[in-house]
Amino acid sequence: MADLSCKIAGIDSLNPFWLASAPPTDKKYNVVRAFEAGWGGVVWKTLGIDPPVVNVSSRYGAHHDQNRRLLGINNIELISDRPLQTNLQEIRECRVEYPDHVIIGSMMAPIEERAWKDLAQQIAESGVHGLELNLGCPHGMCERGMGSAIGQVPEMVEQVTRWVKDSVDIPVFTKLTPNITNILWSAEAALKGGADAVSLINTVNSIISVDLDSMVPEPVVDGKGTHGGYCGSAVKPIALNMVAEIARTPETRDLEISGIGGITTWKDAVEFMALGSNAVQVCTAAMIYGFRVVDDLIDGMSQWMDDKGYTSVEQFTRAAVPQVADWNELNMNFDTKAVINPDNCIECGRCHIACEDTSHQAITMTDKPEGGRLFEVVDEECVGCNLCYHICPVPDCITMEPVKTDKPPMTWPEHPLNPMRMAAE
Amino acid sequence: MTTLQAKQVSKSGAVHGNAGHNHSDDGFSDLHPAYSELQAMAESNRCLYCYDAPCVTACPTSIDIPSFIRKISTGNPDGAAKTILSANIMGGTCARACPTEVLCEEACVRNVAEDTAVEIGSLQRFAVDHLMERDLPHPFKRAPKTGKTIAVIGAGPAGLSCAHRAAMLGHDVVVFEAKPKPGGLNEYGLAAYKMTEDFAQREVEFLMGIGGIEIEYNKALGKDINLADLKAKYDAVFVGVGLGSTNNLGLKGEEFPGVDDAISFIEQLRQTEPKSDMPVGNNVIVIGGGNTAIDAAVQAKRLGAEEVTLVYRRGPENMSATEFEQDLAKTNGVVVRYWAKPVAIKANGKLMGMSFEKTELDANGKLVGTGETFDVPADQILKAIGQKIKTDDLAGMGITGGKIVVDETYQTTAPGVFAGGDCIKSGEDLTVQSVEDGKQAAIAIDAFLKSA
Repeated sequence: MADLSCKIAGIDSLNPFWLASAPPTDKKYNVVRAFEAGWGGVVWKTLGIDPPVVNVSSRYGAHHDQNRRLLGINNIELISDRPLQTNLQEIRECRVEYPDHVIIGSMMAPIEERAWKDLAQQIAESGVHGLELNLGCPHGMCERGMGSAIGQVPEMVEQVTRWVKDSVDIPVFTKLTPNITNILWSAEAALKGGADAVSLINTVNSIISVDLDSMVPEPVVDGKGTHGGYCGSAVKPIALNMVAEIARTPETRDLEISGIGGITTWKDAVEFMALGSNAVQVCTAAMIYGFRVVDDLIDGMSQWMDDKGYTSVEQFTRAAVPQVADWNELNMNFDTKAVINPDNCIECGRCHIACEDTSHQAITMTDKPEGGRLFEVVDEECVGCNLCYHICPVPDCITMEPVKTDKPPMTWPEHPLNPMRMAAE
Repeated sequence: MTTLQAKQVSKSGAVHGNAGHNHSDDGFSDLHPAYSELQAMAESNRCLYCYDAPCVTACPTSIDIPSFIRKISTGNPDGAAKTILSANIMGGTCARACPTEVLCEEACVRNVAEDTAVEIGSLQRFAVDHLMERDLPHPFKRAPKTGKTIAVIGAGPAGLSCAHRAAMLGHDVVVFEAKPKPGGLNEYGLAAYKMTEDFAQREVEFLMGIGGIEIEYNKALGKDINLADLKAKYDAVFVGVGLGSTNNLGLKGEEFPGVDDAISFIEQLRQTEPKSDMPVGNNVIVIGGGNTAIDAAVQAKRLGAEEVTLVYRRGPENMSATEFEQDLAKTNGVVVRYWAKPVAIKANGKLMGMSFEKTELDANGKLVGTGETFDVPADQILKAIGQKIKTDDLAGMGITGGKIVVDETYQTTAPGVFAGGDCIKSGEDLTVQSVEDGKQAAIAIDAFLKSA
């Protein structure tokens, strides 16, 4: 079994799997269960200045697939609605009872220096390993000038990070909102403010569905609904891109990253780490299945590491970052074609109709003399788009095979058909 | 005689309905209980939504199966039902009675990699039941009235399917039915456990909702009505009389009390209420290898017969009953004996049993007796060795090989007289084929009337 221990922002963790600041980390009872289940750490649900917030009833909306599997959840819950001292006392107890597990205190305050500094110091005194600044909540708190209202303004991100860094001597994670035009602006601001690491992404602002009987957005609170924070496997691609952008951009690449966003399986976690995360945080998967999902996260990553010969997580952390490129750096002379293996084909016809209706008319369907249908790729028409490969219900039935070519790599800026290039000549 | 209580079958549509496919321990409740919404959701999501799907090709009525299943999965079961019924107005019966394992479900691509087809029949039933259980207007509209009238002989699947489609196309239809109730074999010829809760009658009522169809009962061809009169009075005639007669064993004692046609046994059972009042022997022999033989054998066993022996003159692969049906007989405790033919009915004042001779194929592949015999005791013998057409009343129409001759437009040799269902040679003698015949014949009649 591979060694999964890791270090982020100077904090040693048993494994890279932490629970994100959210309902699952609201109180000691849950946190104890999480540690017992095997999570390496938790980011305690965001603490604010007393008096505690009051939450509404009906808090989650759901994006299901047609088989009622949850693809994503959106929530309109606010930060911790329990008194600060209650939370801090429970954090102290957890630190004593689980000394090897990481606890990060998540915090949020209005844009006032004193408020951030006082709260940061109080939480730090409870013995947390670090602080995470919640600058991302896209619902409720932002209407009070907190959460994403701060996170969407790079100057405020920098300011708040600096206030907290100046007031405590433990690592500070600045948590970024994805509800911005360019994640690099906020990441750079966090770096300038002195953040030891950034955590991303927070939830995506969203309306998840409408109750078509009452014509109210869900979740419904007495006849009205509001936008909320979207999370779960559906947001993973958004998060991966933002993580990769920070990891590959010279100005931000030195930031350590706690990756968050729809991580459900060990593969998701490996992908986040390969694209730049030093560790990851999980919430929705645990909310859907319980804390026990960590077992497969740990076991799956470990098995994969053994198979690949990795002995520490650092060996694959950021391993995919060098391969993330701008579109303009891609080789225009690369060519790949779909190949259908008739032995694996179950003759559903989906590749044919997808290509015929929506792509390049490159898959023919003919009746076989012995009965059944044969699906074949017309190489001259196939542009190598991958659509058939993705929609085929049978793994390995359609493969994408690179075409051998003598042409040297050529990017779009070098391409003879590029009008910008022609204009320059 | 055992007294059995027919169990109340819960309605479909409950979230947690009578889930599972457990065979009930009484004799008459659903063979395949209706899907709950949860089951329908799970199973509909197994469908790959194939393009130009093999299941559609395998369905004699060409129901657009991927489309209707997708509609179930998106929460549009009534739309699914309309997709089904637009191709097959008796989609409810076919969902229950079709040998799906040799039709749509055999063709399902899920068999290729996983060996488990999507349960298309159960999904079809879920959708059609959903629509029929709502008090909605009939889902199809009639075209403007043509002023033409069509006589349909026989209110079975072929006749009613023809009547419905003809009515849709704007014609007025009068159906003449020999029996006191409509539905044909749906009402009189299928095992009770396939057609629970009076479904055949509910389906006819639903179908009649299109308007423009009248049914006259107790009007038998050759007795109460005749072809010449109908031809004179109506613009076209459709003959869907089915197979009104049965084959005989040709043995002495066949008229003995206790020796019955299996189809009559089923008919009597279907019309008996409560079903537990239906008399059945203690030792029952069923002769035959088709679905009626299985229906009768299983139903006899479920009615409380101690021993039911089904005897078939060839091997299991030669039976026209599907493998599923054969297994159903065996799991219901029916003893199945292959390769034996009846040679004598034994009676001694009352029916005692039957003697059989073992059979085999000779060097030329011909079925021959081996000379070896055995006896099976019986106080009831049910013959299911096939039905045949009653030719007496079909004068004026060409008949070949025991079937009415029709051209590609379902027209008989008598101009203006069309035919379909079991009385013609189309596909298998199945409800679904009869529905298709009726539908296509109505379309052909429409063209005939327009060109006339």
